Amino acid sequence: MKHFRKGDGERSGLFTRRALVLGGAQAVLLTALAGRLYQLQVVETERFASLADENRINLRLLPPSRGLIFDRSGQPLAVNRNNFRAMVTSDRGRGADVLIERLDQILSLGDADKNRLLRELRRSRNSQPAVVRENLGWEEVARLEFNAPDLPGVFIDLGQSRDYPEGELMSHIVGYTGRVADEDLAGRDDPVLSLPTMRFGKKGMERSLEDDLRGRAGAVQVEVNAVGRVVRELDRTEGQPGTNALLTIDLDLQRFVAEKMKEHQSGSVVVMDVITGDVLAMVSTPGFDPSTFARGITQSEWRELLDNPERPLHNKAIAGVYPPGSTYKMVTALAALESKAIDPWTRLPCAGFLELGNIKFHCWLKGGHGSTNVTEAIACSCDCFFYEAARRAGVDRIADMANRLGFGKTSELGLPGESSANQPSRGWKQEKIGKAWQHGDTFNLGIGQGYMTATPLQLAVMTARLANGGYEVQPNLLLAKATPREELAPPAPRDKPTAPSLRLNPQHLQIIRQGMVDVVNGSLGTAIHLRRDGAGKVLDPAFTFAGKTGTAQVKRITEREREMGITQAQLPWHLRHHALFVCFGPADKPRYACAVIVEHGMAGGSTAGPIGRDVLVETMKRDPSRRTDGFKKMASR
Amino acid sequence: MSLALDAPAPIGFAEKIWRINWGLVLVLTAIAGVGVLALYSAAGGRFEPWAARHAVRYGAAFGLMLVVALIHPKVWLAMAWPIYIVSVLMLVAVDVIGKIGMGAQRWLVIGPLQIQPSEIAKVAVILVLARYYHGLRKEQASQFLYTLPPVAMILVVVALVMVQPDLGTAMMVLMGGGALLFVAGVRIWMFLAAGVSAVACLPIAWTLMHEYQRKRVLTFLDPDRDPLGAGYHITQSKIAIGSGGLFGKGFLKGTQSSLNFLPEKQTDFIFTTFVEEWGMVGACVLLALFALVLVWGFSIAFRSQHHFGRLLALGVTSLMFLYVFINTAMVMGLLPVVGVPLPLVSNGGTALLSVMFACGLLIGVNVYRDAQLPRTR
Repeated sequence: MKHFRKGDGERSGLFTRRALVLGGAQAVLLTALAGRLYQLQVVETERFASLADENRINLRLLPPSRGLIFDRSGQPLAVNRNNFRAMVTSDRGRGADVLIERLDQILSLGDADKNRLLRELRRSRNSQPAVVRENLGWEEVARLEFNAPDLPGVFIDLGQSRDYPEGELMSHIVGYTGRVADEDLAGRDDPVLSLPTMRFGKKGMERSLEDDLRGRAGAVQVEVNAVGRVVRELDRTEGQPGTNALLTIDLDLQRFVAEKMKEHQSGSVVVMDVITGDVLAMVSTPGFDPSTFARGITQSEWRELLDNPERPLHNKAIAGVYPPGSTYKMVTALAALESKAIDPWTRLPCAGFLELGNIKFHCWLKGGHGSTNVTEAIACSCDCFFYEAARRAGVDRIADMANRLGFGKTSELGLPGESSANQPSRGWKQEKIGKAWQHGDTFNLGIGQGYMTATPLQLAVMTARLANGGYEVQPNLLLAKATPREELAPPAPRDKPTAPSLRLNPQHLQIIRQGMVDVVNGSLGTAIHLRRDGAGKVLDPAFTFAGKTGTAQVKRITEREREMGITQAQLPWHLRHHALFVCFGPADKPRYACAVIVEHGMAGGSTAGPIGRDVLVETMKRDPSRRTDGFKKMASR
Repeated sequence: MSLALDAPAPIGFAEKIWRINWGLVLVLTAIAGVGVLALYSAAGGRFEPWAARHAVRYGAAFGLMLVVALIHPKVWLAMAWPIYIVSVLMLVAVDVIGKIGMGAQRWLVIGPLQIQPSEIAKVAVILVLARYYHGLRKEQASQFLYTLPPVAMILVVVALVMVQPDLGTAMMVLMGGGALLFVAGVRIWMFLAAGVSAVACLPIAWTLMHEYQRKRVLTFLDPDRDPLGAGYHITQSKIAIGSGGLFGKGFLKGTQSSLNFLPEKQTDFIFTTFVEEWGMVGACVLLALFALVLVWGFSIAFRSQHHFGRLLALGVTSLMFLYVFINTAMVMGLLPVVGVPLPLVSNGGTALLSVMFACGLLIGVNVYRDAQLPRTR
């Protein structure tokens, strides 16, 4: 029955053999599949499990709110404001082009933003969102919400942005923040800096206090799906807001100073406490509006700021370098006294000029001052006296004294961009110019000209160190800082300097100070008009102050000009002399020092002097270092 | 040759029902049950949109299978050519008019029905090859000239599905047809020759391939080439399978599939969805169920008294094996992603129906294992 068809048995036999081979092959392949399963699910399972978790678990950082900055009386200088921003996530940049086009229609982004977004979206890993636009208005928020169905991955995020209520007034001190740049990351591994919404201090105290103000990021662990949408929250750790800071600046005084500087195109004023080093006011005009940086500066705005000859972005108080001129004469005098090159009674002659070889060194007073001692020489600012005093003391001793008084180096103020200016010396000239130091160089240095330059801050520091009895006081902008959990309050007032002593002879310092008192109050003084206030009234004796005028040459006065009697006012603005004035007060018990520079202000006594007087008198009246009752607690914030 | 004298008495209806391999039916149903489970999970714990429909389709396909199983093989012998020709025509039609689908023309829309002719073609090729070799003597089967017609039958279908382009189906038809030729007695050297010439033709095939197919092949060779682009699917699938571990993450707890990291999780990657949640244990159980189907298929082939039944049973079994192997090897990163569903588990009506139709043919071979079939030419 089986062989009902011829040949079927043979066929069946071959079939069976071949089928068994086939079945065996299939069995082998199925076993291989099981082996592959074993490899994936047993041998490598841990690696794949962690990859799966990396896929779905997304650690999102919660940006901490940035620490606030106040002036010494508790008035806000830098605060945070709620900021609605449009954010977008995309799955590895898929569909980003279409999405960005739609966003452009709603928000009119512009090409630069469109390109930036596309770049950020393509680059982003773990579906990290990118910022479309900050500081949205209500209308824009509404339009985005309305079009939400057409904008997958777009969401509105409530963040914070920085606001500077005092604007230009505090621009150079407070500075501003901006997007985190690559160079900001150097030495900092804080992961919060990788957040696209994070801001970083770029200038001023925002920069110097960056690591305090930033705070610590919180983190939230979320489960996300493949397109980055959050499915649920797994874990949350709260961060810590940044440290708040009180600056030494007295905002009302600062405003007063700025008001005084308004009539001048460009210049700078520094007011310091000579005991504590607190910088009470620091104005550099013109300033800039930091909110342009907070909202993102445009290319043209940036160009304009950079091209302005008055250099609004430049903090002239710390980065402007000027020949100190006659304000440097105290350094020469002190160096000569301390080195016993002269004594307090040494009288030196002045015929209006001094000759060194065949070069004439002129005194500012054509007919000369006759014979003066050191006190008188300071009061009348006799150039010849200081040529000779400098010659006797020598460059080395002058440079050394200048260094001790703060010249030629940066201070401990902590603001970025501070210049050390230039305190010339034998070694410096040999190294930088490649020539030996000449006697003429010493003459020029003696009256603060030549290679010598200083910043307004250095002049204020010098004045403070002379006024406080020779203590190496350092300028200081940070009064106090405290985390949000601690109380932020100014420290108790202090009347004794804590800085190390410069070990100067008190008698010599007294002589120098007397000379400065006589500048304003003595009969020989170059600025006796400052005894009276702007209205012509003699100052209250309690506010008697001491000062020193200075006029710094921008351009060398040629013999020809001297003969022709060309006056400064006839020169173009940028070639006129700088006007300088340093002062301290009260005269008998110095507490405050002030340095004023009016760029191209022509004469120290008449241009810078009145500003110094008004600012110093106002400071003495306000007495911010001893008065703490005006402090406003920040509890309400 | 008086065949009538040797012929066994026709079997009654009850006997036919009895001869249905109910164990095999149970295994198939269990596999479909795994499909319902996996589709339910893939939809995030909902019967809609896939699991419920899958169950209903299986019910319908189950009926079809039983009906097919009870039809006498002589009918299939007679129908083999018409079915083959109709499916070839449908493939031509789909190439010409069926310009819908995802990057490939695979669907034919007839009224409310969406048909994937390539799924039907796989079975049609097996049928027509079984019929062809049924009519040959052993010596003929091993001869070169007699091998040309079946090769042509295979290549026509392969060419038509390649044009769609559907590399997976083409591979299956080629390998399934090849398996049939092998057991039918084609000489080994011809396979070797075919293999050598195939290797020689690889560069030509490469130039004929679509850009996305080349990408898939390159990605298969080196999945890290582009982990976020073309390699994404396979990388995510391996992560899902590997992270499942020995016992899986638990039903409905697969993160890769529920959070959509897994692509095509209800169709080609359903195995991954299942294995992520049920682990290696679940995967081995599922593969064991498929292995049981294969064992059944082989035993049915061996027990068949007629050559048509043997070849048909083995062809269907090989098809089943190819489905399972290509699909699982593909999701585990052993083969390029070519678009082959996991039979009875993946979502998709035509594939389910054609697989169940094939299973009906297989069971039918058992029911009519001692039937007398005329020698056909």
